[in-house]
Amino acid sequence: MKKFLLVLTALVISFAVVACTEQSTDTTEQQPMILNWNIGADPQTIDPTLNGASDGGDVINQTFEGLVREVGGVIYPGIAESWETSEDGLTVTFHLRESQWSDGTALTADDFIYSWLRGMDPATASEYSWIWEYTNIVGALEAVYDGGDLNDVEISAPDDYTIEVNLLYPTPYFVSLMAFYHFMPVNQTAVEAGAEGIWAKDPEIVVCNGPFMLSEYEAGVGLTLVKNPYYWNAEEVYIDQINGDFIDLETTAYVKYTAGDLDVLPTVPSAMVSALIAESPEFHVFPLLGTYYYNFNMDDPMFENVKLRTALTYAIDRSAIVEVLAAGQVPATGFVPGGFIDNEGNDFAEECGDYGIPTDDSKFDEAVTLFAEAATEMGYADAAALIDALEGTVVLYNTSEGHKLIAEMVQESWRQVLGIEVVLQNQDWAVFQDTRENGDYEIARGGWLTDFMDPAGLLAIFTTGNAYNDPNWSNEEFDQLMADAQSTTDIATHFEKLYAAQDILMAELPVIPVYYYADIYLIKDYVTGWGRSVLGSLDFSHARVDR
Amino acid sequence: MNNYYIKRILSAIFTLFIIGTLTFFMMKLMPGGPFARERPLAPEILAQLEEKYHLNDPIWKQYIDYMIGMIKFDFGYSYRELGVSVTEQIILKFPVSLRLGALATLFVIVIGIPIGIVSALKQNTWVDQLAMFIATIGVTIPGFVVATLYVSIFAGSLQWVDATDLDHWSSYIGPVLALSFYSLSFVSRLTRSSMLEILRQDYMRTARANGLSKVRVLYKHALKNALIPVVTYLGPMFAAVITGSFVIEKVFSLGGIGRYYVDSVGNRDYTMIMGVTMFYAAIYIVMVLLVDIAYSWIDPRIRLGKKQGD
Repeated sequence: MKKFLLVLTALVISFAVVACTEQSTDTTEQQPMILNWNIGADPQTIDPTLNGASDGGDVINQTFEGLVREVGGVIYPGIAESWETSEDGLTVTFHLRESQWSDGTALTADDFIYSWLRGMDPATASEYSWIWEYTNIVGALEAVYDGGDLNDVEISAPDDYTIEVNLLYPTPYFVSLMAFYHFMPVNQTAVEAGAEGIWAKDPEIVVCNGPFMLSEYEAGVGLTLVKNPYYWNAEEVYIDQINGDFIDLETTAYVKYTAGDLDVLPTVPSAMVSALIAESPEFHVFPLLGTYYYNFNMDDPMFENVKLRTALTYAIDRSAIVEVLAAGQVPATGFVPGGFIDNEGNDFAEECGDYGIPTDDSKFDEAVTLFAEAATEMGYADAAALIDALEGTVVLYNTSEGHKLIAEMVQESWRQVLGIEVVLQNQDWAVFQDTRENGDYEIARGGWLTDFMDPAGLLAIFTTGNAYNDPNWSNEEFDQLMADAQSTTDIATHFEKLYAAQDILMAELPVIPVYYYADIYLIKDYVTGWGRSVLGSLDFSHARVDR
Repeated sequence: MNNYYIKRILSAIFTLFIIGTLTFFMMKLMPGGPFARERPLAPEILAQLEEKYHLNDPIWKQYIDYMIGMIKFDFGYSYRELGVSVTEQIILKFPVSLRLGALATLFVIVIGIPIGIVSALKQNTWVDQLAMFIATIGVTIPGFVVATLYVSIFAGSLQWVDATDLDHWSSYIGPVLALSFYSLSFVSRLTRSSMLEILRQDYMRTARANGLSKVRVLYKHALKNALIPVVTYLGPMFAAVITGSFVIEKVFSLGGIGRYYVDSVGNRDYTMIMGVTMFYAAIYIVMVLLVDIAYSWIDPRIRLGKKQGD
């Protein structure tokens, strides 16, 4: 027994030692302006070139700056003081300001060239390298996909503070795209000091050029950013320190927010949303440039009939779904959401109209009529026979409470309106992606968000053979319109073709649009001056915190 | 006796080998790859990645490389945390879980066992009934409920503590409580019933009749025997709590290994899953070994490996 007690005592002491080695670091009253921000999950990387996720993008938007900065759809000069596009639209010239890296060394045009070539280089394995195709820079597509020589990419630095880019086609969104994190400059010395993006998370190595710089990084817990004294516009940066948390459980983060320990939340528990929308001025909703939809497997003979597809599209109450989700989403009546401005300054989605797609239950009767017509056209005796044929059709989605809820509402709606009994099935994300890509499904959930301010970013995925064309839909006329839209040198023609392309897509309905995505934030009212880019990154470069 | 331990250690190594092999092949059978993305990666990039992680080697070669690496405690690089090795990740995240788990175990020993003893000695009094009432709640309420309630009450409504960050001693209370509540309740119930059983034994009456003091009898004869099942439970429990709880680490947003392990499954981070699985297996096996050693301290009969009169 004595031995047992001895062991117990030893255990107690050793545990006590373990417990005590953790230092308590009581924070004393701080004078500086501090922002407490829940970033969400621990970002996979915060190297601008390697990053492919929105949480990483949010951090990068504070620590780096590209040629331009975009806030709320407005393009502001960033590292480039000014820029001009040649008459034919094929050459864009950026004039850089004299600015510095966070270690005080000069930031020049060569830094941009280095960073961009790094992004294109397959050896870098950047998740976003595909975006170079959409820059239309001469030689970029070949460099990324066909083993083309990086030296053949037509970007150049005539002097230390000028960058010249040659484009294949006039690209109206090119300058705004330069605000995106993938195109921000990285410092070669730093990059080479910590391979595979490790440098960006290591306060000892990291060199950046944004309003803030990294001073601490604790994996899985949080990071600290401090004001970058070398930022060209440091005078207008008010916040001294940003404490970023990696709390991925919404309820915990929300508790901290209500307790005043956090000032900015990227999401809120879904149960709280409707109350917050109604009551809280701290709750903000922004449209996201993307659409939530269902894919029909167009290789499945069952879905060949357009009237059937239309009937299924009409037999969904989008308003009811959006109301249940209650996070600012908008019922989708097309594939391109609002927010894209055409050559005449009109909103693309508004100009398109609704293609007859109902936002509510107003077209349920029409759905029934169309369904009966489809039955006849498809050679069934009557609608009941088609109902039988469709029984057990599987609607596939990737495992998530939200997707499940929507699928259940669609299932119920189809049952009530058309009498069809579909079956719901969920798969783990990684598995789901394979299944959908291989076309092993009947109806599957889809979602698409774009990263540049042109409707082509959404519509292009439905061209024949596109890797993201999950319905495997193919329409020659559509393909031709998309090709023309890209190759034209005239912006009016560009949009004209895109309008026509979406007309075809919505007449054929290989997909059922459900809603347009939205972004929600909860931000304390004492935090002012913050911004958000249309592409979805928060911006604290001009924010203030006055508790 | 030495033979006994050698045999135990060899069988532990063999078990690890089997676990490693099974994990490796199960991982290969899992659908969905680590590089699955919303936008599929360009084929050139995919090829680069597969080359880097040797995923284009034949399966048998991958298996052999993996097993050799394992011996060297080298599990390769994480697929998700770019440029970070699995071993580094374990070294970084395990201490958080270990610290919490150790505190939780200490809590269970220091609180749970005495409660059980007192309950047994005061059987059917209000003390016993209250203790067992709480213990029954403890074994029925899952840890994540305790954690969530704790956060919403003490960090939310009352604002006494910070919900996350282990930077102050008070922030340990929630995670440790949530982590240990079940075991604490279970151990006190186990100690109580085990004590009651011993107290009814004839030799207890004999010892008292021989004139030994009550305290001495309880201490020397009852407690020692009553603790054997408790120690059996504590070993694996210790292994379980120090390897981290996904739910509790998520609720309190702690950078421990439990949360990371589950996330790595979702991310198909093969190397990470295999590395941590082996690490867990090793800890578990070591704990079971230690329990066996602890037995022999408590009960010499086990050490001698044969029955002997008391």
